[in-house]
Amino acid sequence: MSPDPAGTREQFRPDDHPTEHFLLTTVVGSYPKPTWLNRAKDLAEDDARAFDDDDLAEAMDDAARLITEEHVRAGLDAVADGEMRRNEMVEYFADRIEGYEFNGPVKVWGHNYFDKPSVADEVAYTEPWLVDEFEFTAGVADRPVKVPITGPYTLASWSFNEAYDSEAELAYELADLVNEEIEALVAAGARYIQIDEPALATTPDDHAIVGECLEHIADGVPDDVRLGLHVCYGDYSRIYPEILEMPVEEYDLELANGDYEQLDVFTEPAFEKDLALGVVDVHTTEVETVEEIKENILKGFEVVPPERLTVSPDCGVKLLPREVAYQKMENMVTAAREVESELDAGEIDL
Amino acid sequence: MTDVIATTPGLYPLPDWAKEELSDLKGHQKDDLIAGDESEAIVEAYDRARAEVTDRQREAGLDRIVEGQLRWDDMLAHPLCVHDNVETRGIVRYYDNNNFYREPVVRGDLTADGDVAAELDAAPDVSQAVLPGPYSLSELATDEHYGDDAAFLDAVADFLAAEAAEFPPVETLFLLEPSLVTDAPEDGEDERASEAIDTVAAAVDADVVVHTYWGSIPEKPYAHLMDAEIDAIGFDFVTDHEGSVYNIQEYGTKDDVALGVVDGQNTLVEEPEAIAERIEWIGDQVPNEAFERIYATSNTELFYLPTNKAEAKLDALAAAPAEVSR
Repeated sequence: MSPDPAGTREQFRPDDHPTEHFLLTTVVGSYPKPTWLNRAKDLAEDDARAFDDDDLAEAMDDAARLITEEHVRAGLDAVADGEMRRNEMVEYFADRIEGYEFNGPVKVWGHNYFDKPSVADEVAYTEPWLVDEFEFTAGVADRPVKVPITGPYTLASWSFNEAYDSEAELAYELADLVNEEIEALVAAGARYIQIDEPALATTPDDHAIVGECLEHIADGVPDDVRLGLHVCYGDYSRIYPEILEMPVEEYDLELANGDYEQLDVFTEPAFEKDLALGVVDVHTTEVETVEEIKENILKGFEVVPPERLTVSPDCGVKLLPREVAYQKMENMVTAAREVESELDAGEIDL
Repeated sequence: MTDVIATTPGLYPLPDWAKEELSDLKGHQKDDLIAGDESEAIVEAYDRARAEVTDRQREAGLDRIVEGQLRWDDMLAHPLCVHDNVETRGIVRYYDNNNFYREPVVRGDLTADGDVAAELDAAPDVSQAVLPGPYSLSELATDEHYGDDAAFLDAVADFLAAEAAEFPPVETLFLLEPSLVTDAPEDGEDERASEAIDTVAAAVDADVVVHTYWGSIPEKPYAHLMDAEIDAIGFDFVTDHEGSVYNIQEYGTKDDVALGVVDGQNTLVEEPEAIAERIEWIGDQVPNEAFERIYATSNTELFYLPTNKAEAKLDALAAAPAEVSR
């Protein structure tokens, strides 16, 4: 695959886009779940209630429709369903991958636990993971849908590895499964896929393993499919410029939370790929104003020209109150549209 | 002839019912964690959990029974986090793990407070006490009172010694010192770390094992640790068998030794025979050593594991000594 950023980006420009310049606006993935969805899950677990799994499936559809429409209403160019059907970013996939088993919760801190799964046997792809989710979302939205997938490195490092000699070996096997899933997603019509690798932040020296995983993942993926990599909350100087070698078009980076202190890292050597810049902080409930977000977007032009800048939040917004999450997205889109107009008018010096 | 006995470094996972019950009673936020003033209902829940964990060790047949350190929400930082003159601040990463604890900031004198001794008093028949080693505990904390690293380390050592002096009689005291590996002390500091261990060891009438993990101790701090008046050093043969063998070959070790031969951070349960083979293999690597006693143990604390797997590891460990050919 020869990465061709301009080639995969233009397909996301809306037909009626009002300006010459186009800053692709999108999200990282997760979104706060409506409180009634959590209640529905509790009901479905309670055998004494008539509420069964079919009812829960309907509730999930309702939530996915609601949040997809909320993304559309915010004006985003590429939308998602807010991961309404996913319980947790590792657990959801481990549940669907053969070879994984669950033994019970383990402590993260205090009384916060995580159902950390074990890879007890060779991993295998036996059922689609996200095709139903994608088809449903694409059916609801009148615009392109982005599909976030937890990356193989994170799936490997946030599991107990009983079956493989090393974590890297397990990650490569999982990468082949991700490749199979992408093939199914592409067949279903997906053109924008983001690999999430938060585990890289704590072990940046493993970037070569993530790179090798991406080689497996990108193998045979058609040229018109946009592949991105999302990493967050790390010391980027330890993975840059090495990550530029990875076979993806776009890097989605959390930078607003650190007030762009790390932006300089990406200026030397030149950033040759597309940058999906985090322009709103997902760890504060304070909603950034349109003016503030516009200033953040301009920071992106210090790294890439407008035709290679994507605008998104720092990370998934699931921990924010829903109205705050919505307002941040809406302001983000307004800010992007205003910057586009100012670029058209030549009012911004690049 | 070498006496091989089975034990663990403590810090067990809570039984699953207790995870649920205690999170309902206490809450999920950092202000909800143990402060040493828990309500009667919380005390009672921990009592039941403690009884279950000690019974399970006896059922497995371990040679040393630990209290389980179930109240240690902040893992090895616990003894400071519950102290009156310590303020807990943000949540910080616990070594290189996906685990976090409240940063303890020492703001006043570290007077003895008896928190750990009270836990042992509440658990009759416990034969092994567990404490963080002074060096690790000082590395996990922030000092805003004593002023310099040396004075702070001494204060932490005195605090732990006073704590240990209040313990009911036990056979063994495990001092967990992973920081000797992960943040190894530098010149001068290494000698002080060893003296600090002496201070704590002198406070108890029990065999003292200084257990290290997540690699092996660099040579110089290891050489200094050998000067400490302790009964055994513990080695992590899961993550670094070469470095561990090297230290024993080059500098020797105490008459007794603790061997971390079961992986405390992986759900794959070792067979007793495989554990025994590892112990025999280590003996073969250091033919000049004639250990009087070998403590067979997991390399790390056990709270990283789901409860069912931690329990299965207790069974495997307890069955291993009988498989060792001597």
